[in-house]
Amino acid sequence: MARFLFSSRGRSHGGALDSPELKNPEREAYFFRRRLTIAAALVALGLVGLFVRFFYLQVVQHSHYQTLAETNRIAIVPIVPNRGVIRDRNGIVLAQSYSAYTLEIQPARVPNLEQTIDALAEIVDVQPRDRKRFRKLIEESRNFESLPLRTRLTDNEVARFAVNRYRFPGVEIKARLFRQYPYGELASHAIGYIGRINDRDLARIDEWGESANYKGSDYIGKVGLELSYERELHGTTGVEEVEVDAGGRAVRTLSRVAPLSGNDLTLSLDIKLQEVAEAAFGSRRGALVALDPASGEVLALVSKPGYDPNLFVDGIDVANWELLNESPDKPLLNRPLRGAYPPGSTIKPFLALSALSSGRRTPAQTIVDPGFFQLPGAAHRFRDDKPGGHGTVDMYKSIVASCDTYYYVLASETDIDDTYRFLSQLGFGRKTGIDIEGELTGVLPSREWKRQRFAGKEYRDEHRKWYLGDSISAGIGQGYNAFTPVQLAHAMAIIANDGVAYTPRLVRSIRDVGTREMRAVDPQPAYTVPLKPEHLEVIKSALVGVGREGTSAAAFVKAAYVSAGKTGTAQLYSLKGEKYVAGRVDERLRDHAWYIAYAPADKPRIALAVLVENGGFGAQAAAPIARQVFDYYLTGERKAGPAPAAAVSDAEDQSD
Amino acid sequence: MGQLLARIWEVLSRRVDSFLFGVALTIVGVGLITLFSAADQNFARVSSQLSSLALALALMWIVANIPPQTIARAAVPLYAAGIVLLVAVALWGVTVNGSRRWLNFGFARFQPSELMKIAVPLMLAWYFQKFEGRVGWKDFALAAVLIAVPVYLIKRQPDLGTALLIGASGFYVLYFAGLSWKVIVGLGMTAAAAAPLVWPQLRDYQRERILTFLDPARDPLGAGYHSSQASIALGSGGVVGKGWLNGTQTHLDFLPERHTDFIFAVFGEEFGLVGNVVLLILYLLLIGRGMMITANASTLFTRLIAGAITLMFFTYAFVNMGMVSGLLPVVGVPLPLVSFGGTALISLFIGLGILMSVQAHRKLVNN
Repeated sequence: MARFLFSSRGRSHGGALDSPELKNPEREAYFFRRRLTIAAALVALGLVGLFVRFFYLQVVQHSHYQTLAETNRIAIVPIVPNRGVIRDRNGIVLAQSYSAYTLEIQPARVPNLEQTIDALAEIVDVQPRDRKRFRKLIEESRNFESLPLRTRLTDNEVARFAVNRYRFPGVEIKARLFRQYPYGELASHAIGYIGRINDRDLARIDEWGESANYKGSDYIGKVGLELSYERELHGTTGVEEVEVDAGGRAVRTLSRVAPLSGNDLTLSLDIKLQEVAEAAFGSRRGALVALDPASGEVLALVSKPGYDPNLFVDGIDVANWELLNESPDKPLLNRPLRGAYPPGSTIKPFLALSALSSGRRTPAQTIVDPGFFQLPGAAHRFRDDKPGGHGTVDMYKSIVASCDTYYYVLASETDIDDTYRFLSQLGFGRKTGIDIEGELTGVLPSREWKRQRFAGKEYRDEHRKWYLGDSISAGIGQGYNAFTPVQLAHAMAIIANDGVAYTPRLVRSIRDVGTREMRAVDPQPAYTVPLKPEHLEVIKSALVGVGREGTSAAAFVKAAYVSAGKTGTAQLYSLKGEKYVAGRVDERLRDHAWYIAYAPADKPRIALAVLVENGGFGAQAAAPIARQVFDYYLTGERKAGPAPAAAVSDAEDQSD
Repeated sequence: MGQLLARIWEVLSRRVDSFLFGVALTIVGVGLITLFSAADQNFARVSSQLSSLALALALMWIVANIPPQTIARAAVPLYAAGIVLLVAVALWGVTVNGSRRWLNFGFARFQPSELMKIAVPLMLAWYFQKFEGRVGWKDFALAAVLIAVPVYLIKRQPDLGTALLIGASGFYVLYFAGLSWKVIVGLGMTAAAAAPLVWPQLRDYQRERILTFLDPARDPLGAGYHSSQASIALGSGGVVGKGWLNGTQTHLDFLPERHTDFIFAVFGEEFGLVGNVVLLILYLLLIGRGMMITANASTLFTRLIAGAITLMFFTYAFVNMGMVSGLLPVVGVPLPLVSFGGTALISLFIGLGILMSVQAHRKLVNN
């Protein structure tokens, strides 16, 4: 075997010279040199091969390549595909592309840029704003790019430039695709917008392995559905081989592979419902998420205030950007996904369900509420909102009247980790998986969470320990709890759907433009929460009670359907035992108002969560918005203007 | 004073092979001139390359002054360190352009596969030296494993080009150690037969490159673009070229990667066939000198390592120029001593340092 593999020692059958035990340097050297000679021959062969190839390219084929390179340079021009259209569930267009003329300059080919722009300004309208933006583009761009000085030229301007074109080498009129959002601010946080491709986007494109497909593309989805469905919407870039003259202008097209438009999205969003919902907010800040509980389809996604996505398409100007970015109202914040708020009393029905499931409470079990709760041996009183208390309270009443003391007692008897395990099944403290990027997980506290949260060196062990007092605050949705509106809407939908959880989806179907096929995004039940029907029944009837005789009754007077819901008020401001008086507290420190609901109660078609930032009582500020949305969605009735604050019948009902 | 200078000169030049050094510096000079043109006469890249060169020369000088026996002792630690770093890359490496090749040390990024270009042949040469005179088939099998491990790790980064080159560097040692022709031919035939089996294993972009090589018009915006534009650059250069700084392909931005892997296209466009032949002759002189050093080497270790390094220089040059001129598919291999890139320059000059050490420390064969 060794002989077979090792030839320099291999041929040693007989013959004194070949004897393997005789180390023979001369023979060694002979074999080695023979190998070296063979290697040298191969090297020579390789170099000669290269020479032959060079000779072929540079002498034999020279004139062919000369032609290609010098007289008629062939440019391979990418043709940008039409970006897919986004429509609402009824086919109304929410985002579309259109073609318009732009005036573009290739800075590398223009000797004196300022002079050229001055001369151009005599032919077409060039505002100082355009110059500023163009200068910014030059700083960000690569060497030989052609950059737009003006977009959306009028036909008149195009004609005027065409006549004067000879005066401007390196300047060209091009047809480019623009994105338009006909509804402007409406649903802007769901749809998002596109913007110019930057270095980070380029890295992302590289990672997809799509660099070739984005040659020629200037825009990419930045936020919202435009971002999360970028790869559906973009399409396949076409190629055109053109002859260009010495000035780099296209003379003649040689071959063309047409681009393939991006796929169209049909959303589950109903833009009319969205309109109603946004109008109901008026000038107030907040969020609303409406879902179809039976499929997880998002019917409306409101984040107020919004912004006009059309501003971003050509690159937003500095003034508008500062206005949006520095406003204390945070119009760029996607509140339903990226706003985490204490849930306040909206957490109560879920805690009651947890107590039923674990067997810690029966529906009939009562407590007596003196108006406060005290831990044994502690002086601190956890106050109920109703001075003097609610008297005898069972589970139904605890939800309908939103009795804090009931939940203080419950929390004092329940281990926080048990609560954590139950509530996380309802989607709290984790992403719902909605098809827009950037969703927050919020906070569903547990012992482990607190340990992690205060793991830093600046904290001591007593900061990391879970206290009973933490459980009490968490028991009425304050303390560490922080949920996003989409999480609360999702949890409400799970209750409405008897424990079957669907992942919230904004996109209903995708139309493949190539094959003209509609791909439905089928609702898949993500999971089923094991809940007993009799337990669900208790909670649902209490939720119906809230709208009929409880905290939100005033908002649902004479409704044509039966709804189920829960109010909530999230405290921002620590009152240290004082009574909260809205008028005395700075507007931005006022409580957030919550309402979560579904309707109709017997066969739910819509579930939602409404949050009004600094809106005060949930019953007053948030429930009327839910009413308007339900009215429109279920009966088609449409009121003009923002939802009025609901009357609060008496001080009693102010227990949020 | 004059004596002191003479002494310094003597210390500096004693171990440096002036012929090899002269040819290498000439090639580097050609590279810098081309780089200046490729960078649109921006001096920043040239000066960056010059500072890499300073470091590379210092390392070359140090290595040239180390006797080969000492270099041999570094083989195992270097190889082991290289493997550890490659595993670290697989676990914590930085991903750029979809492949994980770099380790980030905060101040600099390091590509361990570059280290392996030297470490693998060193390790194998050390191994055959250690067991000289009693090498059997088991040793070749083990050597094959020593090659296969880094090749596998680099291939899955994925960096097929470098993996193949490192495989080649190991193979050259085996070849000079006397691997039987039957095995070599057998391996070649197995490889040819296995090609259809390997095809499904390749990444999409790797397949794409091979398909594009077979038909450059397939993907004119992607991989094929590089190839066809490079061919146009070379072909339009003609016999004498368009002249320095006058390459239209280069300066109208048709040529991609023109500082690094495709710099030869810039050179060929501006200096033509004449320039190319000069460059070929320079490489021939470099490789020829390497082979002379190899032939004169007195120990098995020095022969093996010198032979492998020499053939590596040829391989890099051949693969790069073959790729640019459309003879070979596009793989990421820089043109040795010419392409922009500090790490490659440094490892090449360390290779030259080893050759010089072999030459300077050879014993006269006692016969």
